[in-house]
Amino acid sequence: MRNEKRAHVLRFLEKGLRFDGRKLHELREIKVDYGISKNAEGSVRVCFGNTEILAGVKMSVEKPYPDTPDDGNLIVGAELSPLSSPEFESGPPKSEAIELARVVDRGIRETKAIDTKKLCIDKGEKVWTSTIDLVTINADGNLIDSGALAAIAALRNTTLPHYDGQKVDYKKRTDTPLPIKKIPIAVTIYKIGPYFLVDPTNEEEDLVDARLTVTSSSGRISALQKGGDHPLTIEDVDRMVSLALEKAEELIKYL
Amino acid sequence: MGLSVKDKEIVVPGEELAQGMDYLPSYGTFRDGETIVAGRLGMVSAESRIIKLIPLAGKYLPKTNDTIIGRVFDVTMSGWMIDINSAYSAMLGVKDAVPEFVARGTDLTKYFSFGDYLVTRIINVTSKNFVDLTLKGPGLKKLGEGRIIHVSPHKVPRIIGKQGSMISMIKDSTNCRIVIGQNGIGWVQGEPEDELVAIQAIRKVEDESHTSGLTERIKEFLDRNKRQ
Repeated sequence: MRNEKRAHVLRFLEKGLRFDGRKLHELREIKVDYGISKNAEGSVRVCFGNTEILAGVKMSVEKPYPDTPDDGNLIVGAELSPLSSPEFESGPPKSEAIELARVVDRGIRETKAIDTKKLCIDKGEKVWTSTIDLVTINADGNLIDSGALAAIAALRNTTLPHYDGQKVDYKKRTDTPLPIKKIPIAVTIYKIGPYFLVDPTNEEEDLVDARLTVTSSSGRISALQKGGDHPLTIEDVDRMVSLALEKAEELIKYL
Repeated sequence: MGLSVKDKEIVVPGEELAQGMDYLPSYGTFRDGETIVAGRLGMVSAESRIIKLIPLAGKYLPKTNDTIIGRVFDVTMSGWMIDINSAYSAMLGVKDAVPEFVARGTDLTKYFSFGDYLVTRIINVTSKNFVDLTLKGPGLKKLGEGRIIHVSPHKVPRIIGKQGSMISMIKDSTNCRIVIGQNGIGWVQGEPEDELVAIQAIRKVEDESHTSGLTERIKEFLDRNKRQ
């Protein structure tokens, strides 16, 4: 059945069309709602068509890692909730969830999006730790791009809670935002047969040969992640990267 | 005596629909002494002496003789288990599916394998809601290349239309091959551009199924989007 479906999708792609009537390089309707959770220091809901993903940021004061004594910590976690897709099951995170969290984490870390030095309270003793949690509400493809957009949007929405030197008072919110220097945007280009496309639905994602996630900030590439079983040629990578940079400019407008 | 509600009114379970023996309870309703009572949420249809409820939403309930589209999700020793988009799964036995003799222990995946979609007919629904299917009959077969769409099972009669008028109008206009199962799973195959128009038309019928003058609007929609 998979082969028949693939042949049918390829006939569409040949004509430059997708199953939902979009063009190959066309994004679905994107929505970004800020401040959806009152308990999180920063939160956002991002929708790419039917895909819906939430991101929340919690700030806490912790001991820094010994190799970075004056840098704030960053932790990214992702949960693919069983409610969001029949494919996802409860239990410990599977490889997809781990990959999503790691790609989002790497994007923020390698772009140096957060000025971590400014999150140091007491060198070697106390630094702010930002924990980003991603939760899927409805998974209809392209979780990496939507998750990465949600994560950076939530960070930008974050304000620090009050800290008196002893403990954090989450009830009192300060006006200090997180020191965000750059905005990483992840764009994943998917390859089916000889065609490249962006923002696939679940149906299309099942048929993908290979994918490449390009995280960039104002045209500078900071992280890459390749997925899928098929290899990519150098020409493929060139085309995918230039397409991803082009789409990143489009995506950043939604923030 | 007579009807307690208006035709096409939306009622909730327990609501009284009619008094006396002039009316007969049908789908979604039951008789309690002298009164007919709603058994589910739905729209009243009382065009004749028979009162029934047209459900607004919900899963498909298997009914004998329905032609449905199902997906193979398990291959057993004696047949295939079919997902029919319902709370109950269905069974297609080898005898009802393959014309030739099949020896015991044959690998049944050579006929139908996991993920294949089949147009089948329900031959029996037992009191325990076991559903038996058959592939013997006109138009019943394994579906080939094409795409699967999902619609609300309760909108299927409107999509098909009276004697298939709506669906054949869409088929003729778009040159697509279309099969819609009573369980809300459909299959469409055609040229990419035509297929998109056909699916848009089906979605339009689904969205506007409760309005009148729908056939004209669909006809106009199809003419407007017709390829030269």
